[in-house]
Amino acid sequence: MAPMDGGGHDLKWVGKRPVRPDGVDKVTGRARFGADYNMAGQLVGRVLRSPHAHAVIKSIDTSAAEKVPGVKAVITRDDIPDQPPEPVTVGEMSVNFSDLIRNVLAREKVLYDGHAVAAVAATSAKAAREALKLIKVDYQPLPHVLDVEEAMRPDAPVLHDNLFTEGADPPADKPSNIAKRIEFTLGDVAVGFEQAEVVLERSYKTEPVHQGYIEPHACVASVTEDGQGELWCSTQGHFVVRAICARMIGMDISALRVTASEIGGGFGGKTVVYLEPLALALSKKAGHPVKMVMTRSEVFRATGPTSGATIRVKIGATKDGRITAGEAEMAYLAGAFPGSPVNPGCMCAFAPYDLENVWVVGYDVVSNRPKVAAYRAPGAPISEYAVESLIDEVADEIGMDPIDFRLKNAAKQGTHAAYGPKFGPIGMIDTLKAIKESEHYNTPLGPNQGRGVGSGFWFNIGGETCVSLNISEDGTATLMAGTPDIGGSRATLSQMAAEELGIDYDKVRPIIGDTSSLGYTFLTGGSRVTFSSGMATVQAAQEVIKELCARAAKIWDIPAEAVTWEDGEARPAGDNAGKFDPLSLEELAASAGKTGGPITGYASINAQGAGPGFGTHLVDVEVDKETGRVTVLRYTVAQDAGKAIHPSYVEGQYQGGAVQGIGWALNEEYIYGDDGLMQNPGFLDYRMPVASDVPMVDTVIVEVPNPNHPYGVRGVGETPIVPPLGAIANAVSHAVGVRMHELPMSPPKVLEAVGGAANGAGD
Amino acid sequence: MARVVLTGNLAKLADGEAELDLDVSSVRQLLRVLGDRHPRLKPHLEKGLAVAINGTIYQEAWLEAIPPDGEVFLMPQIGGG
Repeated sequence: MAPMDGGGHDLKWVGKRPVRPDGVDKVTGRARFGADYNMAGQLVGRVLRSPHAHAVIKSIDTSAAEKVPGVKAVITRDDIPDQPPEPVTVGEMSVNFSDLIRNVLAREKVLYDGHAVAAVAATSAKAAREALKLIKVDYQPLPHVLDVEEAMRPDAPVLHDNLFTEGADPPADKPSNIAKRIEFTLGDVAVGFEQAEVVLERSYKTEPVHQGYIEPHACVASVTEDGQGELWCSTQGHFVVRAICARMIGMDISALRVTASEIGGGFGGKTVVYLEPLALALSKKAGHPVKMVMTRSEVFRATGPTSGATIRVKIGATKDGRITAGEAEMAYLAGAFPGSPVNPGCMCAFAPYDLENVWVVGYDVVSNRPKVAAYRAPGAPISEYAVESLIDEVADEIGMDPIDFRLKNAAKQGTHAAYGPKFGPIGMIDTLKAIKESEHYNTPLGPNQGRGVGSGFWFNIGGETCVSLNISEDGTATLMAGTPDIGGSRATLSQMAAEELGIDYDKVRPIIGDTSSLGYTFLTGGSRVTFSSGMATVQAAQEVIKELCARAAKIWDIPAEAVTWEDGEARPAGDNAGKFDPLSLEELAASAGKTGGPITGYASINAQGAGPGFGTHLVDVEVDKETGRVTVLRYTVAQDAGKAIHPSYVEGQYQGGAVQGIGWALNEEYIYGDDGLMQNPGFLDYRMPVASDVPMVDTVIVEVPNPNHPYGVRGVGETPIVPPLGAIANAVSHAVGVRMHELPMSPPKVLEAVGGAANGAGD
Repeated sequence: MARVVLTGNLAKLADGEAELDLDVSSVRQLLRVLGDRHPRLKPHLEKGLAVAINGTIYQEAWLEAIPPDGEVFLMPQIGGG
């Protein structure tokens, strides 16, 4: 294995900033995203969506639609077989196909505005639209519920008659919207609060927010008469798409070949399926390929945001700054079907801190909103926002610098995480120190300005991963990975391959293989790609090197163990091995046919030992007390990357997380009318940050190597979105002189808070 | 004996037995022993869990070794976005 941090070796490619291999295609428009794929004879697929938030589907009549000239297929609930509600293991995921099928195409009821009800494939978009208008759906509208607290009330409209609260004690005896209750305990909070000299308790609320990827969902599918299928789609995990779609459509997994397109953002929202099974079912019925592309409105109305939530937090501390107990109770909106990220929300809530007494309870709650999907560090930003807000308030209460307070309680190697196990080497303290020592933290503020600090944690994961490395006749290499490249992984994997092989980065050509070209590979998510595919790349390269040494040994007529690989060439391991001129990779590749055949490496692993990520963010804001507008003046991120393989992409992840967090904290929210219909399904009215809303985000890369990775890599893609909500809330609170407990802190809410403070109503 | 701790709702399904000392040498053996001892846990063990062994988290890793004096935590499976 290569040295973790260059110790003893100079790293030539790892840690450098080479140009990304996909860069030219991206900036010239050659790169093919989901909607750029076309097949000969393809039909246009369109979806009919619910105009109700909650209604029984009494009947669907497609007869008129089927008669429209050009219409080749119409599908409804009758075209996708139902499946039992028990979870089924799909790769590394546990999937409830009963729920998934109902989300993809409604059966007994529609459960949210925009819920898919039927789909049409036609020779033109005009014919497809006309057919959609002629599908007669007889709805019986039902009362709906959108708010998490209202959904939990005993008299709330119940979405699912078969949903009984899992984990309830005593067991639930009637259905409700509370899908699950979970509880985590460490120590004894009653004892901890008795030891406290200061105890604060507050309630917080956050709104659902969308991942906001620029590229809408898109795919093209073809199912042939002999049952073979091909699917091109914009996804974070084409192997997962293959497994899910094959089961839904009734195909053998290997009969379906899925190719991941270039992807215009996912952030977790493209780890699930929406259009793909519909396109396959339409193609199967029509006998033609079918292409489907969502509009932005469809993306907002029918694809997963992350949860909104209510969170109550209570923290006790001594006056010298030691936290004695932490308690939180949180309810997360799951959307129309169970499965909010409340579990990780509970586990992460107090994870940045070394606490002896923690009690956390969470509820997974369904409502008449689109089913949530993963969004960077799912669940963590929400709970950690609440905890970081109260941490800041406790620090104020005892008169302690907010970073010093965190430093006094920070998790470190050997700390038992609030969710159980001990941490190995971690960088939480290093990120706090980096922020404290920054020029930013030591710069004075002006009037109406406030400064906020927030820390955050995310687990990061590994998982099943395959990589192949083929050496071409000229000594160049083709690296094939199964993880779609979202954040620059083709570059980072090539850097690790080049480092191992001792060849130039430009001599490695990376591609993303389709599902028929590699073994099962879990999706791009959980901040796992540089870690897992990197580990697999190193192993594949090691296999290649072993074979190269064996070929050199054959040529020299010496044992393979007497050959070593250094600087891209085979050399005798020492004087006893004999005196031979080194053989370069080019020379060995050129003669490969004569020495045993092509030289390849393949790694098929289940990567374990992901290193947890910690970060601390610092932000300055200015509040216009006349309009309520919050301007982000300055922002600095410090985060532990383990080892930054390509520092520019690490910085990009840090900056992107901060920007998405700014939107989440200040502006983004779904607006629903009293009728339960979404009123802002577009970027004009759903206010995400644009370039003029954010300053340059400064970054500090902390490197505490993960001992479980050959180069020390930790995932970096998710942790950066955890601290911003708390950091910005703290900054705004300091600027206006009153604590705000709800996100987004949009101008009307800020004005209300400022007015309340002026009237002496602040807390 | 490995010290095994059940977190979250798992302890409830084990009749409140949140901490156990078990003579197990692999994750697969651990899951089998736990399932036999607490049948209500079985479906949850089969559904997929994360297992932390001496601080390192493993997922879907039946063959991972558990040292005799290992500290083991069973937790909900971790995903991501």
